[in-house]
Parts: sequence; structure tokens; C-alpha cells
Amino acid sequence: MSDPMEFLLWVKGPMFELALTIFGIGLAARIVEIFVLGRKPNYAEPRRGELAPGFRTLIGRTVADPGTFARAPFDVVVGLVWHLGFLIALLLFIPHIELINSLLGLAWPGLPNPLVDAVTAVTILSLIAVLIHRITHPVKKYISTFEDYLIWVATFLPLITGYLAYHRLINPYPLILGLHILTVEIFLILLPFTKLTHIFTAFIARWYTGATFGRKGVVS
Amino acid sequence: MTVLSLERGLAALRDEIDAPVAAFFSSCVHCGLCAQACPFYVETEDPKYTPILKVEPLRLLWEQEFSLWGRLKAMLGIGKKVTDEMLEEWEPLLYDSCTMCGRCSMVCPVGNDIQSMVRKTREGMVASGHAPAGLIEASARAIRTGSPMGLTWKTLEAQIKHVESSSGLEVPVDREGVEYLALLSSMEVINFPEYLEAITRIFHHAGVTWTLSKDYFEATNAGVQIGSKDIAAALVQRIVDVVVRLRVRGVISPECGHAYTAVRWEGPNLIEKPYPFEVLHIIELLDKLRAEGRLKTEGKEIDRLSMHDPCNLARKSGVIDQQRNLMGLVAESFVDLKEHGRFQWCCGAGGGVSSNERADELRMAAFKRKKAQIEEIEPDRMVTMCATCRTQLEEGLEEFNMDIPVVGLTEIIADHLVEKGKPA
Amino acid sequence: MAAETTLIERLREQGISRRGFLKFCTVAASMMALPPTMVPAIAAALEKARRPSVIWLSFQECTGCTESLTRSFSPTVENLILNIISLDYHHTLQAAAGEAAEQARKQAMKENFGKYLVVVDGSLPGPDSNPGYSTSAGQSNLSLLEETLEGAVAVVAIGNCAAFGGLPKASPNPTGAVAVQDVVKDKPLINVPGCPPVPMVITGVLVQYLTFGKLPELDEYRRPMAFFGQAIHDRCYRRPFYDKGLFAESFDDEGARKGWCLYRLGCKGPMTYNACATMHWNGGTSWPIGAGHPCLGCSEPDFWDAGGFYKAVSVPTGDTRETLLGAGIAGAVAGGAAAALARKKAKTGRTEQVPVTIEELEQKL
Repeated sequence: MSDPMEFLLWVKGPMFELALTIFGIGLAARIVEIFVLGRKPNYAEPRRGELAPGFRTLIGRTVADPGTFARAPFDVVVGLVWHLGFLIALLLFIPHIELINSLLGLAWPGLPNPLVDAVTAVTILSLIAVLIHRITHPVKKYISTFEDYLIWVATFLPLITGYLAYHRLINPYPLILGLHILTVEIFLILLPFTKLTHIFTAFIARWYTGATFGRKGVVS
Repeated sequence: MTVLSLERGLAALRDEIDAPVAAFFSSCVHCGLCAQACPFYVETEDPKYTPILKVEPLRLLWEQEFSLWGRLKAMLGIGKKVTDEMLEEWEPLLYDSCTMCGRCSMVCPVGNDIQSMVRKTREGMVASGHAPAGLIEASARAIRTGSPMGLTWKTLEAQIKHVESSSGLEVPVDREGVEYLALLSSMEVINFPEYLEAITRIFHHAGVTWTLSKDYFEATNAGVQIGSKDIAAALVQRIVDVVVRLRVRGVISPECGHAYTAVRWEGPNLIEKPYPFEVLHIIELLDKLRAEGRLKTEGKEIDRLSMHDPCNLARKSGVIDQQRNLMGLVAESFVDLKEHGRFQWCCGAGGGVSSNERADELRMAAFKRKKAQIEEIEPDRMVTMCATCRTQLEEGLEEFNMDIPVVGLTEIIADHLVEKGKPA
Repeated sequence: MAAETTLIERLREQGISRRGFLKFCTVAASMMALPPTMVPAIAAALEKARRPSVIWLSFQECTGCTESLTRSFSPTVENLILNIISLDYHHTLQAAAGEAAEQARKQAMKENFGKYLVVVDGSLPGPDSNPGYSTSAGQSNLSLLEETLEGAVAVVAIGNCAAFGGLPKASPNPTGAVAVQDVVKDKPLINVPGCPPVPMVITGVLVQYLTFGKLPELDEYRRPMAFFGQAIHDRCYRRPFYDKGLFAESFDDEGARKGWCLYRLGCKGPMTYNACATMHWNGGTSWPIGAGHPCLGCSEPDFWDAGGFYKAVSVPTGDTRETLLGAGIAGAVAGGAAAALARKKAKTGRTEQVPVTIEELEQKL
């Protein structure tokens, strides 16, 4: 790379605009597509309201029931660890908070850098473990498609490049920082067209299921 | 004569795609946890029974026609289509290896209600002509004769006479203006005739006014099992017609699982309007009577009893505490299976699987999950509230040489009633 | 004019003793990371050479680079270099003016053909721009540069403007300004960027070149690795605060007063390579971060257009909020329309559908 600064300014400038545009259009389309489809009216007499049970499941589904934990401890534990780690690295790292502030006008306190760094390392290792599990576990191996592996790569790259950038393990710095930002842009571009949408739609799905069960008097 | 076709199947599937379906398919990340909740996977360890895979035809159609990326792919000429071959290939997955028990819907981390999607996908299967012979035959019998097993009023009438002479009480038929119309399941009438006598005695004891109807007595709904709204609606309408004609306040669904969900939850949406009457499962009514102090019992079962919650009653309808309250009335030593209530394990026979001969082996394999649960607790007897579950439990326990009798809850209650006029 | 006097004579004229000169050579050796044993060699090399001719061309510049080098309150080792070289042409420092100055330049070129050093500060309008934007003596910068380079042994582009285009090149670049390296392809070239460069760095580079007669080790931007090989971030005294996650959030807040890291105030230290963190300014007095102001990144290309001096390194440079909002609205409309159409198609499909009958099903048995 003969002009790292030009590369960095390109990914921070026009490429970011492009990624954000594709992401914005794609995600808004997906979410609106979901809601516009709506639900047919439900004429069966409910046992109770569905709004609150929907929200209860929206949050509660994050924690697995004891039976599922007993049968699939790896998925439950490592799944939670890497998701939490990813969220911490993304949302509680000061430079990222600055970025989000510039985008959405929201900011909040962050964690000390070394703590985020440690969490990121754990997350990276967990993600590698998750990939190995997907390749070896009979169910996951059977049901996984190309897309599952693609989004693993798209998720892994920002973490590893971010780690390399933070530790300045690749020189010059504008190169590795630019690569980190580029991998994030790839993630954003892929998001609306892949299962990465679950980042947003899982909460919609959980609410609907919680509402369906809750209406019938079942906590789900 | 019109024929079932792929086109009609696709049209049916399209109609089933709503906001929840779109949200579900947008969110599945192939984590495979649904498989861990499915007795068909757990007991066969064959990953093709992973629940979310069962609804792949629905997902494919959603992607193609309802998602931006899918539409782009279709425009560019790439992207798979749902074909008749695919639906044929999926038939056993949807009908033999799924009871629509809903356990997968409870554990999916992104909150997918996979069970509801299986139900929806069956609509497409039926409209395209892909359904198991056993269910087709049951549906045909149900539509033509009113009973999926071909049970006639004549046979039922004989049982009524027997109950009347045994109990000394009247079994009302076509009585107008009473509180409840009691529905029956053919399976129950044939295999567990003690149910009819039990409710006759209990209702008399508690002072509940009720009736059967000669015009239509069947609670079960083969249309819901096979997955056809058209057939299911026709069957529900018959119930509604009787209720309206007899001017009763409510309907009692018998010891059956899917009959309750069919009438209580699907029915109003099949006929596309709310009911002017209430629907109760017999267990709900019994618990209501218990709470009102209208059930006077004496003595308790003293052996070690455990319970199997029918999926349609517990997880899919929220009737969980009622049966336990009733057990408290009549059981000295009741212990729940480890995973019970909303997280109970399916017996393996519901959702049409027991009417599908092709699925016999799979059904017995799935039962092993239940067997393991029972072995953990080592009860003397099992109690349940669904004729299909009961039959499956009896068959399964016998298959594995386990000497554990199975009994219905209603009949236990009836056995402990303080009879009026008899010495306490 | 190439001087007839020797270096030592010249220095004595300036009131600088041999001792002062040797002190200069020691500092220069240390800057080039050479051992003390090399000092006599440096001294000998500089003495022996007749003061090398340097032609300093100033284009679209603010003269800050020259100020940086000359603005000192006492003769310092920094500007001693001006005594070591024969500065035969420099708009600000030369005594002559007008035609006489141009004559001096041409004479120096002729007498030292093939051996003189060309130093440039300021950017110049490029080959595709109107040459009239910047001229001296009626001659365009580009033409003057090309003419002067004919007999040059090497080119040193001093300051961000000469090295990368600097302020004139910043958006919207009305004069079509380019960097020296954009138009010089066939001469050895060193970039000494900074806005301005650290004075001692200018001196050090010139001494290094004049001592060894060849280009020092350069990075991908042709900056001497000796002075531009480390990021500010890696030598900043406030780095422990970055590592601990303690940041000033606004000027003069508690964190600022405690001297915490200035990342959130827009410090470009992480991506800037220069010697400020170690060499400081004003004879080692202080430097921007030491004074509580975030690093501007002034030794990097396009630092004026890099998104804003007070926006953190992690903040994108464009109008991202508007973009996201616009994209979201467009997507919502498109998605809504598409879904409504799909739903309508499904609905009509259903109403047109013939209900499934058991006769049809029985055909499948």
C-alpha cells in the first residue's frame, strides 16, 4: 500500500457514505417489509394481553432455559460470551462511542481501554471456537449454508483488525485502521441481505412469539 | 373436477406469510438449538429433523417473493424455486417427524415460533396434494361422517346407554339452553369409555347442566392435523352451528390436546369471527369447580403418581396449574417429571403423527424422550389428560416393557367424588 | 553566490566559535543516531566542503517553514545550518530583490551545475491548472521549478504544502495545487512535512544529506524514517492516560486540566508520524499536546481534509447523519411499497383460491 493515508481517508469518507447508504436502505426496507405484512386479526378470546408478554420474551429469551443449557452448554455459554464481548467492544470502547455520537448524537460512558482489549481477545477466541463448533457439530454442520460462514467472516474481520489496530501490530497505522474500517463497511453492506439482520429482527421475532404465547397465558 | 397443484400450494403458502414469519426467517442464524428441543432429533440424532429445516419451503418462498435480496436474485435469474419435488421431499419431515408440540418455539434464541410455521407450511402441502394417506383418510371420514375414525352415533349411543345404567344418571342429548355442550373425541369413546361416565357423574355431582348433541359430537379436528384451513373450518363450523342451535353458554373440549387448540384458538380465526360462547377444556372446568368448592372428594390415590402434560393443553394453551390443583385433591404422592408444564416433552404422537402409519417407527423413537423422563422419576402410574397421549404412553411403555399403567385425570376425580346419598 | 570563504571563516564572521560548531556537529550526530566517534568525521565533512549551494524556491506558502527555521531568540544550533550552506536564493532571507535576485539564482545554478540542492516550500499549481495563480518574476511556479531542477542534485520538499500539497490543496483546491513529488519524477526527493516542520528536523535532514551525500532511509511518503518513523501516539507522554481510558472531554474540563489524553478532542496522534513528541518545539520547550491542544496530524497528507481537527480519529469524515437518515427513508418507502404489493398479491391469491376438498385430497391416495 503506497498511500495509506489516502486509503484511510477514502474508507472514512466516500466508502463510509456508500456503506451507510446501502445499510440504511437495506435495513429500513427489511424492517418495513416485515411490519407492512402485518398479522391477520385474531378472533380467539385471549387469556390476557399480548403487549407485556411480548416484551418479556424480547428480553427474556436471551437467557436459555435450564433444559437447553444442559443439552447445549457450548452454544448457550459461548454464544452469550461472544455476543456480549462483541457488544462491549463495539459499544463501550471510547473511540467507538465517539463514532456513534457523530452518527446518532448519542453517547454514554465507556470502559477502560485495557478492559475492552481483554474482552476483545476473549471474543476473538470464542468466535474461533464457534466456527470450529459449527464445522464439527452434526446439527450445525448439516444445516449451515455458505451464508453462515460468510457472516462469520464478516463478523470476525472487524474484531481481528480492530485488535491489530489497537495494538498497532501492523504498520503504518493508517493502513490497519483503514482495513478495520473497511471490514466494518463490508459488514454493514452485507447486513441487510443476510441473516445479520437478526441483530434487529430477532427482537421483532421474539416479541411476536412472546405475544402469541402470552395471549394464550404461557410465559415464553 | 379440480386438482391440487403446486400453484395452489404456493398460493396457500403466500397467504400464510405474515409479519412474524418474515421476522422469523430474517432472524434464524442456524444455531441448531431448536434441534435440541425436538424429541425427533434428540432420539434419532439425525440432523435432518432439525425443526427450522422442516419449514424450508416456506422460507424459500418468503425469500424469493417477500425480501429485497430474494427479489433481486429472482430478477437476475439466480435463486432456487419451490418445486413440487421439493414439497414431496419435505412431506415426511413435516408430517412424520413433527407433532407441532412447540418446544422448539420455546427455546429458539432469536424467538422464532417454528411450530406455527410448521402449521403454516402444512397449508401449502395440502393445497399442493402432499399429505400422508392416514391423515387424508381421517379428514375424509371426518368430513363425511363427522368422526375421523368413522365412529357412528349408533356406537356412541350404545355407550351412552351403558353409562346411564352404570351410573344411574341421565346423559342429556340435544338439551337446549344448558350451560355446556360437551364434545367427545372418537379415540376416547373407543379406547377410554370411562371418560363419558366420569363427566356424567361429575357434572351431576357439581350441579353443572350440560348436553351432548346427536348432530355433532366430535371435538377433534382432522383439518388442523393435516393442515387445511378449509377442512378445519368446515369441521369447526359444525360445532358452532350446534352451539347456536342449542343456545348453550359454552363448549367443553374433552381429554384431548389438539381438539382444544383447534376449537379454542384456531376456530374463531377459521370462521373469521369471534365466538358467542366460551370454550373450556374439561380440566379447566374441573379446576373451576374445584375452586368454587363444588367438587367434594374423599380419599386419595396413595401410589406414586406423575403426570404427562399434553403439549396442546400446557405449552400451547396455558392450562398448566389446573391439572396440578386437581391432583392435589386426589393424590397423596404426586411428583412432577423434571421438565414439566411449559417445558414438558412431547409424547411423540400428536399433531397427526399417530394417524400416520408411515411414521410409526419415528413415533416410537420420539417416545424414548418421554420414557427417559419417566424413568428418572419412577412413578407407579402416569396421569394424563389426552386420549392420544394416553394411547401413545400405553403403547410406548408396553413396547419398552415398563409396567406403568396410564390413567386419565378426569376418571380419577370421578372416582373420588363424595356420592350424594352414599355414606361418607 | 557560492562563497569563496571557508566554513570556519564564515562562522567566525558570525561570532560562532569552533567550539559552537563542534557542539552543532555533536547534536547532529546524536540526531542521526550516530556514535560520538563520528563527530570528527561530520565536522571534517562539513568543513571541507565548500559551503554547498542551496537554492530555496518558495511557491504557494505562508513562509511558516522559513519562520520555523529562523525564528529564534538567539542563534541556536537549529539555524546554524544556514551558516553551513550557501543559501543562494531565498525570497525572504536574501538581500537582493527583483532581477538581481533572479540573476543570483541563475548564476548559482551555472556555477554549481549538477551539485546544488533545491529546497522547496509551498505547493504549486499543477500542469493542468492556470499557471497564473502563482508566479514570481512573471514566471509560473512550475516553470521555475522545472528550470531550477535542471542541474539540481536533489530536491527537499519542506513543509506539508511542498510535500503533500498542504493548505492550498485542501478542498476546494481553487488553484489546482499539487505537491512537489507530483511533478518531480526524475530527481532524488525527500519530503520533510509538518505545518511547519520541527525546525531541528529540517536542520537534521539537511545535515544528514550534506554529510553523507545520499538520501536517508525514507518511508512510503519519502519522509526520513529517522524523524518520521514513529507515530506521535507511540511517543506521547499522555499515552498512559489513553491506555487507562482517561480522556479530556472538552477544553479546560477536569480531564484537560489533569493532562489526560486528548483523543476525544480530535487528537490525530495515533495516525501521525513526526518527531514532535520527542523533540518538541521552541528549543524543546513544549509542543501542541503538551500545551493541551490535540495533534492536528500536520505531517500527514491531506490533514486539512481529514475530517476536522476536533473530531476524533474514529469519526467518519462525511455528512453521515444526513446520509443515514436519507437512506433509511428511501429504504422504508421502497420496502413498504414492495411488501404492500406482495401482501396484496397473496390476498388476491387466497380469495381467488378454490377451497381444498377431500375429494381432491383423495385423488392423491
